[in-house]
Amino acid sequence: MGMTMTQKILAAHCGEERVEAGQIIQANVDLVLGNDITAPVAINEFQKAGCAEVFDREKVVFVMDHFTPNKDIKAAEQSKKIRDFARAMSIPNCFDVGTVGVEHALLPERGMVICGDLVIGADSHTCTYGALGAFATGVGSTDMAYAMATGKVWLKVPPAIKFNLTGKLSKHVYGKDVILHILGRIGVDGALYKSMEFAGEGVKELSVSDRLCIANMAIECGAKNGIFPVDEQTLEYVRARSGREPVVYEADPDAEYEQVIDIDLSQVKQTVAFPHLPENARTFDDMPDIPIDQVVIGSCTNGRLEDLIVAADILRGKKVAPHVRCIVIPATQKIYLEAMEMGLIRDFIEAGCAVSTPTCGPCLGGHMGVLAKGERCVATTNRNFVGRMGHPESEVYLASPAVAAASAIAGRIVPAE
Amino acid sequence: MNIKGTVIKYGDNVDTDVIIPARYLNTSDEKELAAHCMEDLDRTFVTRVRPGDIMVAGTNFGCGSSREHAPLAIKTSGIACVVAKSFARIFYRNAINIGLPIIECDTDAIDEGDTLEIDFDKGELHNLTKNTTAKFAPFPPFLQDIIKAGGLLKSIGGGK
Repeated sequence: MGMTMTQKILAAHCGEERVEAGQIIQANVDLVLGNDITAPVAINEFQKAGCAEVFDREKVVFVMDHFTPNKDIKAAEQSKKIRDFARAMSIPNCFDVGTVGVEHALLPERGMVICGDLVIGADSHTCTYGALGAFATGVGSTDMAYAMATGKVWLKVPPAIKFNLTGKLSKHVYGKDVILHILGRIGVDGALYKSMEFAGEGVKELSVSDRLCIANMAIECGAKNGIFPVDEQTLEYVRARSGREPVVYEADPDAEYEQVIDIDLSQVKQTVAFPHLPENARTFDDMPDIPIDQVVIGSCTNGRLEDLIVAADILRGKKVAPHVRCIVIPATQKIYLEAMEMGLIRDFIEAGCAVSTPTCGPCLGGHMGVLAKGERCVATTNRNFVGRMGHPESEVYLASPAVAAASAIAGRIVPAE
Repeated sequence: MNIKGTVIKYGDNVDTDVIIPARYLNTSDEKELAAHCMEDLDRTFVTRVRPGDIMVAGTNFGCGSSREHAPLAIKTSGIACVVAKSFARIFYRNAINIGLPIIECDTDAIDEGDTLEIDFDKGELHNLTKNTTAKFAPFPPFLQDIIKAGGLLKSIGGGK
């Protein structure tokens, strides 16, 4: 029996000819990532264990994106711990206010992750990089500390579900709708401990941005990773950003899959996930009238330039509904600049949106858009758990930038038209 | 290893946002985190939990974020073990890495307030209230070594 794409990358990173589902391996990491919430815990553990040096200064990355620009004194102390540590260890890749972006938009943009890499991050959405044909998975702070010290991570080799994509997305339907559709079909533990391997002729119809969005929410299905095959689009994307030579892995033709799920992209509709689980997917065929108080367009899921273009095309020349706050957050400084040069920031501001410096802030109810009791928000983010964006009695509806922008204008949840 | 404790029971998909809401993640102090453990799901948890209690839940326990603050808050609150039908994968590895015992087995027949005795070596969970026994699979040897060492970093002995 052959190996899946994920299994091949894992085998190559632990020096084995082949690995099998269920096997526990110690793999070498190409990059280890932490943010301002998880890295301080990792640094504490690293220091408590008496570790003196990181295994490779170039392969440890800190991205201070969650509570920055620091929202309060405690958050500032946490960030300071990272700043001091990065300086003491001479770690060059410590992204702080001024250079920082939302981590999973920033690392691909800077060419820090390419095809064939094995990346772990103390952030659950590290799985985003699977879009580029890398094995990437979220871990905890202790794993991060261990990898900083040793360059290794323990992993149980996952079995896989194959998603066979066919067809082409309809107008106003994006990668976000695809992953919400998948969540609606398989549920929040539908891929627990498994790889989600995307394949089929439909892959080429998805932009790199759509693939990043889909892989980003593999964790919402419980998956260990989501991964796309490498094609010309992927190679063009990584070659424009990295000097390293991409290593392309392909699933064996006789790779074993626990399940094969067919997705006809042309049948996917604009989709919204209702509170309080990302699996509560609904289309507009079945949509009650939901008045809203806030809209957030941004995050590691949907804060890329392509997302802002979609939102701006809808908001241009229109006004955000009275009593609705619309917050737009370009995910990186580069995206912010490009959006400005394209006139998108003007479109947003003239429509009555607030535009923020890159931060994860509102997605996790940290700052920059926390919800009050009873308030409802349409967000292009990835989670809508109880209390995710603020008060435990607030509600989050997950949607694409198109639905979010259209809803901001309407003041209620509506499709893009 | 054996433990005995009283059950505090929750349902499916207990996520890390309710275990420890992000508004408290501006600290990594375990006592501060434990003071807000389970707050958005069960405000009574922190006042009624007793050292040695056992948290029992349904499927996909600990889904969501990678925050190690979640198992840390549970462990520091005094919970001796979490028993669930299944765990989200990052929570699972975090619990092992920080030395919070967890068990995967069927939990439908376990109720709030039951007394459980867990024998980790034999892989047996005795419900003393209902007089029943359930089996669970022991961890693979590699993970047992981490647990025996008292956590992942202790297993590398000084960090080479």
